[in-house]
Amino acid sequence: MNIIVCMKWIPDTSEADLTVAAGAKDIKKDDLDHDINDWDRFAVEEAVQIKEKVGGKVTVVCVAPEDSEETLRECLARGADEAFQVWSDEMEGGDGYCTASILAKFIKNRDFDLVLTGTLAEDDGAGQVGGMLAAMLDIPSSTLVSKIEIHDKKASFLRELEGGLYESVETDIPCLISVATGLNEPRFVSIRAVRKVASIDIPNMGIEELGMDAGQVGQAGARLVMEEVSLPPEGEGAEIIAGKPEESAARLAEILKEKGALG
Amino acid sequence: MDILKPADTPLLGIPAPVIALCVLVLAAIFFSYVMYKRIDLMRKAAPDPRFSNIPARVWRALLYGFGQWRQPRYLGAGILHILLFAGFMILSLRSLTLIGRGFSSTFHLPFLTGPIGFAYESLKDYTVLVVLIVCVIAILRRAIFHPSRYQHPGVPGHEYEAYVILGLVAALMVTDMVHDGSLFKLESVPGAYHWFPAAAFASLFMPSHDSSVLNALHVGGYWAHILVFFGLLNYLPISKHFHVITAIPNVYFSNLNRGAIKPVRYGVEDWMTLDQCGVSDLTSFTWKHILDFYSCADCGRCTDNCPANAVGRTLSPKMISVKARDYAYENYPIFGKAHSGGSENKKLVGDIITESEIWACTTCGACEAECPIFIEYIDKIVDMRRYLIDRGEIPQSLQKPLQQIKKKGNAYGAMKSKRAAWAKGLEDAEVRILSEGESCDLLFFVDSCGSFDPRIQEISKSFAKIMSRNNLDFAILGQDENDSGNEVRRLGEEGLFEQVSAKNIEAFKSRNFNEIVSFDPHALNAIRNDYPETFPVIHSSQLISRLLNRKTMSLNRDWVGDRVVTYHDPCYLGRHNGVYDEPRDVLKSIPGIKYKEMERSFSRSFCCSGGGLLLWYENEDEKERMGEVRVRMAAEVGAQVIVTACPFCLINLEDAIKTTGNEGKIEVIDLIELVDRSMS
Repeated sequence: MNIIVCMKWIPDTSEADLTVAAGAKDIKKDDLDHDINDWDRFAVEEAVQIKEKVGGKVTVVCVAPEDSEETLRECLARGADEAFQVWSDEMEGGDGYCTASILAKFIKNRDFDLVLTGTLAEDDGAGQVGGMLAAMLDIPSSTLVSKIEIHDKKASFLRELEGGLYESVETDIPCLISVATGLNEPRFVSIRAVRKVASIDIPNMGIEELGMDAGQVGQAGARLVMEEVSLPPEGEGAEIIAGKPEESAARLAEILKEKGALG
Repeated sequence: MDILKPADTPLLGIPAPVIALCVLVLAAIFFSYVMYKRIDLMRKAAPDPRFSNIPARVWRALLYGFGQWRQPRYLGAGILHILLFAGFMILSLRSLTLIGRGFSSTFHLPFLTGPIGFAYESLKDYTVLVVLIVCVIAILRRAIFHPSRYQHPGVPGHEYEAYVILGLVAALMVTDMVHDGSLFKLESVPGAYHWFPAAAFASLFMPSHDSSVLNALHVGGYWAHILVFFGLLNYLPISKHFHVITAIPNVYFSNLNRGAIKPVRYGVEDWMTLDQCGVSDLTSFTWKHILDFYSCADCGRCTDNCPANAVGRTLSPKMISVKARDYAYENYPIFGKAHSGGSENKKLVGDIITESEIWACTTCGACEAECPIFIEYIDKIVDMRRYLIDRGEIPQSLQKPLQQIKKKGNAYGAMKSKRAAWAKGLEDAEVRILSEGESCDLLFFVDSCGSFDPRIQEISKSFAKIMSRNNLDFAILGQDENDSGNEVRRLGEEGLFEQVSAKNIEAFKSRNFNEIVSFDPHALNAIRNDYPETFPVIHSSQLISRLLNRKTMSLNRDWVGDRVVTYHDPCYLGRHNGVYDEPRDVLKSIPGIKYKEMERSFSRSFCCSGGGLLLWYENEDEKERMGEVRVRMAAEVGAQVIVTACPFCLINLEDAIKTTGNEGKIEVIDLIELVDRSMS
């Protein structure tokens, strides 16, 4: 079972004061730490767990600049067998379509049975790449998958629906599965685990190695144009409800009723 | 009347010395063989350098081994044990004499002749009586009161052992009394009962003037005594009563590095290159840790004091020792080949000692402070965590904070650049950020909680204010400070500990200062006991105590008022670093303060559930929070103010005040904040 996991390298904005970069096309990322997209962390873990069960090879690929190497190495420490960092300066400013095209080029020449991605990325939450990539590879795909089982050239899996419903699905492989968070318990990556994989080469591939031209990637290849990034307008401030718990609870219920949140 | 001596009385026609020799040789061979097997496992275990600092070790062995210094922490049981132990010491000479008397009826030890010999005989006889009484009390105590700390939850079949051993010891006394009592009667020296009360007592039950019966009792009592003695000796290393042999060596080889965690493996330069990191099975423990397992007497004082156990977590320190010893005896048997996994192929770490036990520990050290023979638990727990972490197995809730420390130097995930944000624009204090090459007197190590937790920032500010008002030349590291790594190391992520400590050490070395001061005992502990290089470091309470002694500062009662105040000893300040007095000195310097000690204080303090990364740890087994238990203890003594000297205690206790419905009744405050509010 050869599994390719597409990993996104995203800025960690959780505790940062976000500011909009000059030109208003993006946030300022200079001071931000980057890390693996949390959804993809589950995808990598799932791939490794499948490999541990049925054998095979796990390949992780990330479309991001050189600094993403540390995060890719952590994927190797999680149990992936090889990792590729795909980037050329021309790729700057691309959209989901560009990323899917790049990944499709990368994957097409490889022997694979399963492609795993996270359903969404925490930074832009567009959720485009998985579906488009599957279309480009001409394989079936599914999203928000919360349990995967592989048997006899088939993949069966559960999808989480609204209201706590589960949908059970089966498809032929190769296929692309975009996972939900929580489908496994990702292992911890210790400093030693990273050290153990320090000697594994993480090849860098650019548009030339992929056989693409500059017009297919980056801003030139994008089909979506970023107009503007802006911070939400400041609200009027919050109301702090003081008093004893029972009083403040009553007041809260009153407000919710007033605003029409309660029937 | 003729008196038959055992050595002169052939049994079934065989001369007594021949029988004595056979018994001695057989018992010695079996005992040596069992001991060889037990030591063989220790030899297979990991190295542990416990041979340095001989004077300190001898002192420990004298004070805590022979002196039984920790026994009276449980007064009743402690006194019983001291009496038994003293009895064993005294009667060991008697045992040697009796073995000799199997060979020659006039045998005695070289120095036990004349009046000294007589005095010893008399002392021995009193001792026999005392030991017998103690055995009876101990048996009754177990049988009637069933003290809970003697139980072995989940591992049946151990309770009888205590009865076997107490029965054997009692039998040893009774046979001695039969042997000597019959002689007492045969000799019938007037007034001798003053000197030999046990023999005199035993003689009361014997038929008078029938010398053949008395001689039979004399000789029979002798051989029964000898058989029980060697039976007991050989039972020790196959039961929990191995401690009779191993306890004093265990105290002698005990850990002298209080507060520190052992390296991954002694004698290895780069542990990262090892095949395995941490402990998964018996032989990856150190030989001393195996000796710990052998030495545990199942007294349960550790578990009785374990806060994790008290709130219903699965951890019981005693059961770690008991289960590991059972595992050792099963897998390294006396007869047959060593194997591992046992009949059910169970792994020691994971199956026998479960992950939930391993993660439940707060490393508070209450168990180690209590153990009469210095059995260690923290190093073992950390070693097992190292193994689990190496396999990527760690509770999910702890993963994120560890990753944050790796990337940002703090578990809060806050940006490095904001580390000193709390110190900007303070009204009553100016906080200098010490750049490389600069100098100050006191380097204030704020640590992550003091830098980023809004509640704890208040302590940072108070401390800065106190130091400013006292015109102390202090500064902080700002962005160059990293998490101290105390909990990182205790959670078993040694690589990350090395990373953060190296950064802090680099920051320390590139600046000049006289002392490091921190109000966080966890940081204090890591810097003082874990860092590979030595830096002078004190706790804030020690600094305040110093200021008060110099009379440059005094405290008033304005904030405290008439309220009853108690002090909660933080584990990492008290037990792990021995700072008990200074915080109390500071409190007692407040004129007219109503101070009350909680029942559990000093080295028996009750952990608030742990600091550092343990704030993120969620335990599913516990029925209540340790902090809640602690707040109730404070309420019991009528405390209205709980003073602590650790930011994590403050967080846990403040939460517990709310959840126990004590809001408005009890207030928790850090010692530094109290000083800030009470400065005259």
